[in-house]
Amino acid sequence: MSQVLVVTSGKGGVGKTTSTAAIGAALALSGQRVAVVDFDVGLRNLDLVMGAERRVVYDLINVVQGEAKLQQALIRDKRLDTLYVLPASQTRDKDALTEEGVTRVMEELRGHFDWVVCDSPAGIERGAMLAMRHADVAIVVTNPEVSSVRDSDRIIGMLDSKTVKAEKGEYMEKHLLLTRYDAARAERGQMLKVEDVLEILSIPLLGIIPESEAVLNASNVGCPVTLVDTDSAPARAYLDAARRLEGENIPMVVPAERRGFMSKLFGRRAA
Amino acid sequence: MTIFNFFKPSRSSAPVARDRLQILLQHERVSAGASDLIAKLREEILGVIARHVDIPADKVQVKMQRGDAVSTLEVEIELPNPIRQRRKEGAEAAA
Repeated sequence: MSQVLVVTSGKGGVGKTTSTAAIGAALALSGQRVAVVDFDVGLRNLDLVMGAERRVVYDLINVVQGEAKLQQALIRDKRLDTLYVLPASQTRDKDALTEEGVTRVMEELRGHFDWVVCDSPAGIERGAMLAMRHADVAIVVTNPEVSSVRDSDRIIGMLDSKTVKAEKGEYMEKHLLLTRYDAARAERGQMLKVEDVLEILSIPLLGIIPESEAVLNASNVGCPVTLVDTDSAPARAYLDAARRLEGENIPMVVPAERRGFMSKLFGRRAA
Repeated sequence: MTIFNFFKPSRSSAPVARDRLQILLQHERVSAGASDLIAKLREEILGVIARHVDIPADKVQVKMQRGDAVSTLEVEIELPNPIRQRRKEGAEAAA
């Protein structure tokens, strides 16, 4: 059965696109057919993070407007042949995303894929609303920081009221993905702890992604972190998160970098 | 002070963040629910008045003030002169 997953947050810069790419790739690794869809019209970046930026011909708006077929706009990933990217338009206005058009495209995507992962733009405007509109399940990406937690709370309220599922009176499944987490700083009382954020937002935890150099390295080379640096702490955390999404029961740990003696001795920058 | 800071280098700011968020979100969740309530009240009050008097939709204002013990609901209805009643019976025209 096809599942539509929205990756959302309210606040910008918390890791929605990184998480969409990493979780989309992790789901495709197990052989499932996955489409990652960029809803950030005018500021597309999912294509860049996925390393598909030079292969964009048509985009989501072209398909929504009926100017291109879905198959023409979908870009197959070079590394995994069950993974596809549907880029956003870089030039068009977000008003070109019509509600009816998006509904039609999402229905069509459901017919071709096991997972449709929608990368929401920041904010609570039209693009973000349309990205979450048809979702069956939501990932709320949150940093352990006051403004991000506040915006996540707002987005959770919208997921419970503005989605098709919520309007039908059905329960909207929501998961928290805590990104850029630094366990040592949380332990010293300098950063909100996992338990603090969970207590405030009260939605189930999907994963804890540690702050790591591997994330920037992955976007530098245009490859989801779950494909390029699979043994890194964030990659392992994303892979576990994807398995939890599929219903597996995996114990929650805060993954740490596997570091050698010298880097432990001289701190995290030494390696 | 600086010498004490040397011995206690990391002050805990996270509990402050948690407490501030808990207070703020408690308030924001209530007011998000309330704005729905106010919109509903406004719509229905307007409906009742419009059954009897011609009134532009923007002339009904509903505000809610939240207090600790009680909250007050302020309803301001502006009827344009001359008041044009929709029905002949029911002589008392509100002002």
